Amino acid sequence: MLLFLRKQKYLIDYTLSSLLRRKGKSLGLLAVYTTIVFMLASVTLFTHALRKEAGLMLQASPEIIVQRMQAGRHAMIPADYLQRIGRLRGVMQKAGRLWGYYYDPIVKANYTIMTEGQSDTPLTEIVIGTGIARVQGLDVGDYLTLRSQSGEAFSFQISALLENDSELVSADLLLMSPKAFRRLFSIPEGFYTDLVLSVRNPREVNKVAEKLSQLLPDTRPILRDEVLRTYESVFSWRQGILFVLLLGSVLAFVIFAWDKASGLSAEERREIGILKAVGWETADVMRMKFWEGMVISLTAFLIGYLAAYGHVFFASASLFEPVLKGWSVLYPQFRLTPYVDGLQLATLFFFSVLPYIVATIIPIWRTSIADPDAVMR
Amino acid sequence: MRKSNVFLVSVSLLLVGAAATLIDAGLRRHHAYSQIESSASLVRQLGLTDLALFTEARYTRHLSLSDLHSAFQDHPVALEHFPSGSLLLPPQRMP
Repeated sequence: MLLFLRKQKYLIDYTLSSLLRRKGKSLGLLAVYTTIVFMLASVTLFTHALRKEAGLMLQASPEIIVQRMQAGRHAMIPADYLQRIGRLRGVMQKAGRLWGYYYDPIVKANYTIMTEGQSDTPLTEIVIGTGIARVQGLDVGDYLTLRSQSGEAFSFQISALLENDSELVSADLLLMSPKAFRRLFSIPEGFYTDLVLSVRNPREVNKVAEKLSQLLPDTRPILRDEVLRTYESVFSWRQGILFVLLLGSVLAFVIFAWDKASGLSAEERREIGILKAVGWETADVMRMKFWEGMVISLTAFLIGYLAAYGHVFFASASLFEPVLKGWSVLYPQFRLTPYVDGLQLATLFFFSVLPYIVATIIPIWRTSIADPDAVMR
Repeated sequence: MRKSNVFLVSVSLLLVGAAATLIDAGLRRHHAYSQIESSASLVRQLGLTDLALFTEARYTRHLSLSDLHSAFQDHPVALEHFPSGSLLLPPQRMP
């Protein structure tokens, strides 16, 4: 056993010397490989953590949301639909929600305006998300002016900011009283944006949704399960330009590795020939080349993974921000909670290290079984 | 020091670093519980359904409330033109 280990150490010594002889090429390969692992690991860690966090937070979202549709578009829903729903068995609570969007032309940002509280909530007070406060440079006590549907300007005093911790769901939120909302958007009493229902027995949710569709044919029920499923599949591997680009770079790397390995340079072939001529066996050459692949791929994997972990969980995935931000002005500042497990690491290892070793070992085997004399010529 | 020793020590250090990320992840998950709970209570209180990640268009802001055609509703032959539309799948509806 000791002899075996000693032999492996000598092989690693030889491999490292051989790699250092081709310093530029080896370091270039290591840099490209590390970058690929870094990108793959960053995307995997980020999307997994985001999906997990979204799932945990949105577990608390309403069980059923009822939207009214008109000519294929979402329309305001009359309050009397609440009475009609009231007869449905299994529905425990029901309420109308008032919410909408407001485009602020000054900072070119979209706000989500929601209502909170009862009718006694002061008309001129609002609560804003920290994203809005950051973009507008506002704080508690400051005033924010919004232009109403009729062109009138309304000034609201900021009574509080929503917590920093919840920025992932609240960065662009602006909460005001229902009365102020109706005035701002000229929505008459007796209409809501949508309705939310809570159902006593979670197993009855589908049944209630089915009955709702029959009772109110112009509405569309959206279930919490669908909300959760939407976020479970967000950024799944088979979607998006980012992933197409990533796939492109991975393929480029595979071609690069394959080309490097299959088209062994004359110098490398000569090296193998000399080794065989001085008494190395095919198995030794293979072991040496295995270590060469291992040195590069293991180092690249570990550095790439550690850099990705730091990028996603310490630097808030700042490299992804411009991509995710798109044209939006408001973007939440959030620090994801790491959800990393052994299986995730093993999968990443399997997809980044093994293909390289396999891609390099076969052509080397072909060269190393050849006659040393023929290889050296 | 022999080259193989330098390599083995470096790889061992990197492996310790990788193991440390698993420990760090566990510890941070433990501490994040209250933060997630506070976000969840806001979600419960306001009936929120979506993350505020993509605020550029209404159908990307409230992804789960939009329908398959939202991205193309601006006019009959409109193409989807918001960058986040190329990152996201349409909402997952009931089968």
